[in-house]
Amino acid sequence: MSQNKVTIDANEAAAHAAYHTNEVIAIYPITPSSSMGELADQWAAEGKRNIWNTVPQVTEMQSEGGASGAVHGALQVGALTTTFTASQGLLLMIPNMFKIAGELTSAVFHVSARTVATHALSIFGDHSDVMATRSTGWALLASNSVQEVGDFALIAQAATLETRVPFLHFFDGFRTSAEVAKCVQLSVDEMKAMISDGLVRAHRERALSPDHPFIRGTAQNPDVFFQARERINPYYEACPGIVQKAMEKFASLTGRKYSLFDYVGPANPEKLIILMGSGAEVAHETVDFLAAKKEPVGLLKVRLYRPFSVKHFAEALPKSVKQIAVLDRTKEPGAAGEPLYADVVTAVSEGKAKGWIPAGFQPRILGGRYGLSSKEFTPAMVKAVFDEMGRADARMHFTVGIQDDVTNLSVEVDPDFSTEPAGRTRAVFYGLGSDGTVSANKSSIKIIGEETDFNAQGYFVYDSKKAGSVTISHLRFGTDPIHSSYLISKANFVACHQFSFLERFDMTRVAEPGAVFLLNSPYGPDEVWEHVPKPTQEGILRKKLRFYVIDAYKIAKEVGLDVRINTIMQTCFFAISNVLPKDEAIRYIKDYTKKSYGKRGESVLQMNYKAVDQALAQLHEVKVPAKAAGTLDMRPPVPKNAPEFVQKVTAKIIAGQGDDVPVSAFPADGTFPSATTRWEKRNIALEIPVWDPSICIQCGKCSSICPHAVIRGKVYDAALLAKAPRTFKSTDAKWKEFTGMKYTIQVSPEDCTGCSLCVQSCPAKDKKNPDKKALGMQSQPPLREAESDNWNFFLSLPNMDRNKLKVNQVKDIQLLEPLFEFSGACAGCGETPYIKLISQLFGDRMIVANATGCSSIYGGNLPTTPYTVNQDGRGPAWSNSLFEDNAEFGMGFRLAEDKKNEFAREILKALSADLGGLADGILTADQSTETGINQQRARVAELKKKLAGIQKPEAAQLAAVSDSLVKKSIWIVGGDGWAYDIGYGGLDHVIASGRNVNILVLDTEVYSNTGGQMSKATPRGAVAKFAAGGKPAPKKDLAMMAMAYTTVYVARVAFGANDAQTVKAILEAEAFSGPSVVIAYCHCIAHGYDLANGLNQQKAAVNSGYWPLLRYNPDLAKEGKNPLQLDSKAPSIPLEQYVYQETRYSMLTKSKPEQAKLLLQQAQEDVNTRWKLYEHMAVPPQDKAQS
Amino acid sequence: MDLASLYMGFRLRNPLIAASSPLTGEMDSLRRLEDAGLSAVVLPSLFEEQIEIENNRLDENLLRGTESFAEALSYFPPLDLYRFGGEDYLDLIRKAKEALRIPVIGSLNGVSTGGWIHFAVEMQDAGADALELNVYFIPTDTAVLSGTVEQMTLKLVRDIQSRLRIPVAVKLSPYFTALPNMVRRLDQAGARAVVLFNRFYQPDLDLESMSVVPGLKLSTSDELRPRLRWISILYGQTDADLAVTGGVHTAGDIAKCILAGASAAMVASALLTGGPTRASVMLRELGEWMESKGFQSVGEMKGILSHRSISEPAAYERANYMKVLGSYS
Repeated sequence: MSQNKVTIDANEAAAHAAYHTNEVIAIYPITPSSSMGELADQWAAEGKRNIWNTVPQVTEMQSEGGASGAVHGALQVGALTTTFTASQGLLLMIPNMFKIAGELTSAVFHVSARTVATHALSIFGDHSDVMATRSTGWALLASNSVQEVGDFALIAQAATLETRVPFLHFFDGFRTSAEVAKCVQLSVDEMKAMISDGLVRAHRERALSPDHPFIRGTAQNPDVFFQARERINPYYEACPGIVQKAMEKFASLTGRKYSLFDYVGPANPEKLIILMGSGAEVAHETVDFLAAKKEPVGLLKVRLYRPFSVKHFAEALPKSVKQIAVLDRTKEPGAAGEPLYADVVTAVSEGKAKGWIPAGFQPRILGGRYGLSSKEFTPAMVKAVFDEMGRADARMHFTVGIQDDVTNLSVEVDPDFSTEPAGRTRAVFYGLGSDGTVSANKSSIKIIGEETDFNAQGYFVYDSKKAGSVTISHLRFGTDPIHSSYLISKANFVACHQFSFLERFDMTRVAEPGAVFLLNSPYGPDEVWEHVPKPTQEGILRKKLRFYVIDAYKIAKEVGLDVRINTIMQTCFFAISNVLPKDEAIRYIKDYTKKSYGKRGESVLQMNYKAVDQALAQLHEVKVPAKAAGTLDMRPPVPKNAPEFVQKVTAKIIAGQGDDVPVSAFPADGTFPSATTRWEKRNIALEIPVWDPSICIQCGKCSSICPHAVIRGKVYDAALLAKAPRTFKSTDAKWKEFTGMKYTIQVSPEDCTGCSLCVQSCPAKDKKNPDKKALGMQSQPPLREAESDNWNFFLSLPNMDRNKLKVNQVKDIQLLEPLFEFSGACAGCGETPYIKLISQLFGDRMIVANATGCSSIYGGNLPTTPYTVNQDGRGPAWSNSLFEDNAEFGMGFRLAEDKKNEFAREILKALSADLGGLADGILTADQSTETGINQQRARVAELKKKLAGIQKPEAAQLAAVSDSLVKKSIWIVGGDGWAYDIGYGGLDHVIASGRNVNILVLDTEVYSNTGGQMSKATPRGAVAKFAAGGKPAPKKDLAMMAMAYTTVYVARVAFGANDAQTVKAILEAEAFSGPSVVIAYCHCIAHGYDLANGLNQQKAAVNSGYWPLLRYNPDLAKEGKNPLQLDSKAPSIPLEQYVYQETRYSMLTKSKPEQAKLLLQQAQEDVNTRWKLYEHMAVPPQDKAQS
Repeated sequence: MDLASLYMGFRLRNPLIAASSPLTGEMDSLRRLEDAGLSAVVLPSLFEEQIEIENNRLDENLLRGTESFAEALSYFPPLDLYRFGGEDYLDLIRKAKEALRIPVIGSLNGVSTGGWIHFAVEMQDAGADALELNVYFIPTDTAVLSGTVEQMTLKLVRDIQSRLRIPVAVKLSPYFTALPNMVRRLDQAGARAVVLFNRFYQPDLDLESMSVVPGLKLSTSDELRPRLRWISILYGQTDADLAVTGGVHTAGDIAKCILAGASAAMVASALLTGGPTRASVMLRELGEWMESKGFQSVGEMKGILSHRSISEPAAYERANYMKVLGSYS
């Protein structure tokens, strides 16, 4: 049978089988499973048919809980149904999983296993989510590689139909789900052959139908529940045998053989590792390597973990074994052992009792944890586990892959141990997210995978920052099967696609002796050496690397590709890596270029061809001098004056050495210091804004809109300029109140992302040259050093006394210190200006509950976090609970603050005799203004002093809660995916509660963080993932829904359209003593345009009437006024003028022009109708009475 | 009454052609234009920039931010689902050819020879009966010589014409120093017709934002006059057919075009304001006027008020100018 070889990732392999063998697919985005749902949705949109020649129904739900409910329903009514999920999503499915299994329903869920959030969230892979479902009654089937994922997805589907036990098919998130590998794709015939029509009919016959009605899902009592529950046992007993049979049938069809437990190694091993998942591939490679050296080591791969078949396990278990280590990729604190370990111990014991294992079999069984949150698991670690088994004093429970200096559980690993075979190409590429390195590498894998007999593997490591993110690509090519599911640490080809990385990373560390080092360098072969930092020079010399340079940016510019260097760097790789004969490789590159760029027109194609030719012509080998030269060193990851924790821990994480940080360095409970982004100078802007004081009108718009808080204004005493650096700019302050003082706008050159929103917002034009504004972008490198000095001097200038400022004016807000700075958000992010504004206004007294999403990632992802502190050490206190519960989480903050306040007041009253007038002063304080709050703080400080001298138990109790006597500002922050979809039920409950919380909805109109999936905030006519044909339904009007309560403060704002209205709304929302919802328009990278135009788009959104600005203040109703105030004018431009500036809308005119036209028309009608309704509602009461 | 006119080798049922406008970009209005009596349609101009730059921009926007962040390796459904700029244009030609009996003329707007001109062939293959090449170039560089602009235009026409079987018309700007010579050379380069004149967009200055705002106002009958002058000068001096575009609003305007020597009058603004049915009124009134003047056919009218009948056209022009100036005194 001819086999269709493809190079795909495991998510695609799983989706391929799942899509073809199901009819209903309910989906919800969650990393790292999202792409399975996206592919299913895409295929359905393209009309791709399943094995029954029909297009599956693919439907997005509002949460994983919703998806599992829909799946349960669809199964009950007899459709073959599936879903894809991971981590918290899987946890949300557990209630339905119990039901589905309890009802013996055939179904498969495909899970890219991901860490469940505990002390921290992690998007990466381990088995903690899967292990949390052990008690649901689902079969758990583990795949270890991309090939297996495709194969097991089908085997699971076949088996569930026969066993009636539902299957959770899982594989390691990221390591397997996102690994691109060459594998054989299942054919439709193979899939048809595996799925029995009779069993599908039986599934349908079990469905709910009024034509043969029955009831399923009864409530039962103590008399019968137990017996009825035990009734399922035969199905579970039969299940392993049926799976084994399905595997055998599969082998007969495809030639690929699997068993429930697969042993790898010599016939009579003494040491055995048992595990499942991608780690088994690593162990496989290591066992092969050691066995070749006659080491008596073996591996038992667990495929079907549940139902755990003791019999099959006993059969597969080599009886010669004296030492067993069972490795779990999960942690179950407090358990006698991790789950697989516990099962193996039980199975050995039971196997002996049953006589399947000889009674004399007495191995020592150790349990080890490895690989949590995708922690690297390498052959050296496997070897270390075998070594541990050899020790008489081996730890019964150990960890591998970390340095545990607290409980000393970790085993020693020899970093030099390697099993990588000779003759295999191992290439590591350092690039920027924006420079196309990853796509070029994906194309190289395709070229080699599809055009040659080589096996190919690619894995990509991304940065946790969204702007200027570094990508590291790990590629392997070779003739042998590739089991190496770990990062490359001994590369024979290392490429650095960005010269600026040299000062940050020593990339020669991953090179093996004699490897090739390719550098994209503005310096030619004769001059580059002195520009290379010493550690890299030494690495090149010590390892005798062959060093090549190319000026890819110069070539790109010459041939017209601007900054796209991907084709050039890809050509260099093929030219010097010798992975393929050079001419053949170049031909393939050109063919692939045609495939990728052909549609974009002849000239783009020609530019790329030229790029290939020029790359070959301008690639030079450097004659490496005999010794290191020059004084250039690498920049330290953080400055020397950073705090100790930042020096010891954060700096290592920044430098890419987080793996080396020992257990003791970390807090035990997930608590980290804030204010750390200021120490990470990422230096990612190619251009930064430069200020011209002579044009500036000092309006403060630039600093207000800056998403990264890198451009700031200060008014200060002129005398302070005496110590200013030479290039520090200043001018007279244009404030009546501050006459005689000086004013400066300063940019932090190493924190700026170069988004240019400040320049766009600048209204001050040179009268003689209207093209010139008070701010203009200029090349960063020449400005870097001087402006860094200026920035440090600027920071040393005192902040203006807040009491002297009018905080309701944008001009004055620029003088308020931002307590949210330098986040890792996308350059030009539309969300962060709102958060920064809130931090400026209320940062010293705010607690933030942050829903999972972009704002929790740029708000809380290590290594450094942006919430910071003022000079008094006060600042936002921030936490993230989950995605779905954020409103409730924040309401909990309020409940606690209110209770503590109430309790404090009670004690205060009781102690008032001891405290004199102070108690009364505190109890009656007016905290409606910042001055009032500061006065209360002073009183509370005084109170604490007094309490220390009062020897009563109440005094100590009051001291512990006295801070709650100062007003706190509770902010519940999240995106539209949370507020409109998964968290809406909670949000609704919280705003109905009447409690004083402030909810900020950062509305990007899609699930931005997971890559732009449709939410109920997505507008009609916009294309999003899961809405490839344009969203047919209108955006949910959350403002209107909240207004319907009449007791909720509601505002809809757009910073870029009307900053004054935004400020007003935020201040009113905070001042309102009940629940407030502020819905903020956030332009987003997922809208598909250069975010430098974000402010224009915000204006257009408002002017078109798409985003009417409004404030609804219930307090006004009490005064007899209309609570609803419309803050924007009637639509003045057609919707089309706004929407077609954005790819999310315009792409539909390319894909489905008729649909685009229809949806645009409907969307325009939505705008018209809604405006009329708002206008009607906003008529002042007296006018209404007259009309 | 015989309203038929020969234009680019087509026997048109009358001389009124729908010029390139949003109305010719949609099947509904194309059908209505045919029903209203228009004798041919020029589809909206596909800009050189649209073909490649728009594709590039779309691609750039779709790729923006991709492969940078582990949770969001892309932000849109994949490219394969999308058709690139130009493809819908070809579709429009195909659909128009299927639905209409009158000639369908494709329109390309460009200034210089480049990779994009292969699109002319694709338009031909999609079924376009003819191609109108809209040469839209505003020289802003003081170093560019008038001869260079002319050569660039001629090369473009030659390059396109040599690739096509279908006839090519060239829509020109009024800003040529020696228009008759330019037209002759275009004729020699293979142009089957010359369309006078292109209406450039008319930028305005916004005093509030202190910026330039692009814009285009609909034409009025007043704009017809310079076109009539040049048609009447060119008539009989070139083998290329002549057509007027810009300022054709009434039956009288059509008649003037024919009398000056045009084979066709193209209309857009009048139809955009009055709807396609405006054309049927214009054609009916044209017939009525011809009848009142005793014309049996458009052929008889063509060029009878052109400069051909005048011995020294240049002198005639200057003399008339003096007369006109005098009339204001």
